[in-house]
Amino acid sequence: MSATDAPRILVERVGKVFRSPDGQEVVALRDIDLAVRAGEFVCLLGPSGCGKSTLLNVIAGFSLPTSGTLLANGRPVTEPGPDRAMVFQEYALFPWMTVSRNVAFGLEIKGEARETIDRKVAELLTLLSLTEFANRFPKDLSGGMRQRVAIARVLALDAPILLMDEPFGALDALTRRNLQDEVLRIWTEFQKTILFVTHGIEESIYLADRVVVMTYRPGTVKTVVPITIPRPRDTASPEFNALKRRLTDLVMEEQRRHEEDEIRTG
Amino acid sequence: MNPGGDGTGKKLVQALLVPVAVLALWEGLSRAGFINPLILPSPTKVALRWWGYLTPLKAYDPADGTWLKWLVSGELLQDAAASLYRVFAGFFIGGGLGLGLLMGVSNTAYRLLNPLVQILRPIPPIAYIPLAILWFGLGNPPAFFLISLGAFFPILLNTIAGVRNVDDIYVRAARNLGAGGPVMFRRVILPAAAPHILTGVRVGYGVAFIVVIVAEMIAVNSGLGYRILEAREFFWPDKILAGMITIGLIGLGIDTALNRLSNHLLRWHRSLETS
Repeated sequence: MSATDAPRILVERVGKVFRSPDGQEVVALRDIDLAVRAGEFVCLLGPSGCGKSTLLNVIAGFSLPTSGTLLANGRPVTEPGPDRAMVFQEYALFPWMTVSRNVAFGLEIKGEARETIDRKVAELLTLLSLTEFANRFPKDLSGGMRQRVAIARVLALDAPILLMDEPFGALDALTRRNLQDEVLRIWTEFQKTILFVTHGIEESIYLADRVVVMTYRPGTVKTVVPITIPRPRDTASPEFNALKRRLTDLVMEEQRRHEEDEIRTG
Repeated sequence: MNPGGDGTGKKLVQALLVPVAVLALWEGLSRAGFINPLILPSPTKVALRWWGYLTPLKAYDPADGTWLKWLVSGELLQDAAASLYRVFAGFFIGGGLGLGLLMGVSNTAYRLLNPLVQILRPIPPIAYIPLAILWFGLGNPPAFFLISLGAFFPILLNTIAGVRNVDDIYVRAARNLGAGGPVMFRRVILPAAAPHILTGVRVGYGVAFIVVIVAEMIAVNSGLGYRILEAREFFWPDKILAGMITIGLIGLGIDTALNRLSNHLLRWHRSLETS
């Protein structure tokens, strides 16, 4: 394989076992195999409890896998790093910093020159239509605006990989669609590799090149569904709805297992 | 915002109604001779005494120094300065911030030190008075010791709580952005813990202000606490009351200033809505 063909993210037989406080072992992930090519947009789809966020956290380096190998940008993942920028569902903006300070944070840590930082921050604020909010604090922004800041903040790092953990889960439908288009625009313009966790079936079809459906506990890869509909995708088209029906069936199988499990364990 | 401003005027009237009524009743009863002035002098007498306490004792004489020096030569200002000096010196000696940060960040430090902190914490600083005099004699040193003890625990405990309760999401986001070690501490942990720390500072200051008055009644012969005790020995109830009012006004002033400072530093905080 040449360097350009090497996957950006390579997950091989990765497992993750948690030990609960009463000593019980919970297998969150088992034998996950996943290769994400450079410039690919992959969605991890599944009901809650399927380990999709766990997998993202392992790739981000927030927790280490208990088995298997994991490479990002060709290097083994041992800790969080600015080459894999993470966008959290709960935004995770620093509330004591203004919008522009939040965006500048990663650049300041890198030790960039003040003029470079100011220029890049100004560019990113323009890119995400945040310029007039530059000196606001996060508490004065809506959820959608906060997530824009979080996206600008990770774009500043210039990371080849974006990891997004249900980033639009807490937003209303219209704001969500707007930000989905924004992410697609950024993905195309900056040629990012994106791994996007969601439980939104329509969201995954709208965004991804491939949708990875995961099973409920232990989390494994159930099926990988390629989405070949050309973008921009029409959510009302027959192809879209055929895929939606197929993915709904797949996800609902796991959702039922989740519910049975909840009823059994009370 | 208030439409017109009638609201503000009405609120002011409501706020002043009861205090003014109490003063009027007190003055009326005093003048009618119902209250023994040696037990409780009238408000006007207290006010006059307060003015005398505030203003310089002697007429201005250029030979003694500048006009400004003369202006602040009154007993009240000298006493207030002495008390505040003790509060701030004790406050900074006590701190509690450094140890609190250490115990917040390091689990080992927390496990080693927390039992001792929990044993010492319930002892009121006032209970240390005999020990303070035994160790430091009289004068400022025992006062500093007592005040720093009083300020120490509220700041310590709040700082520990603040650091230990920093939301993990900020730490994860910062690590993802490349922060670690000193940068994480200075730019994430410290500001995230700031609301708790500032609460500790305000509570600690409040305790320090109580303790300074007590310490001045016992160990030193200057300051507001000393002055009201001295006034009792001379049977000057008007001066006792004038001193008490001064203590109240200074306490209110500093608390307001700390509140303003805290609101400014925490202007980003969710609980403070800016309009």
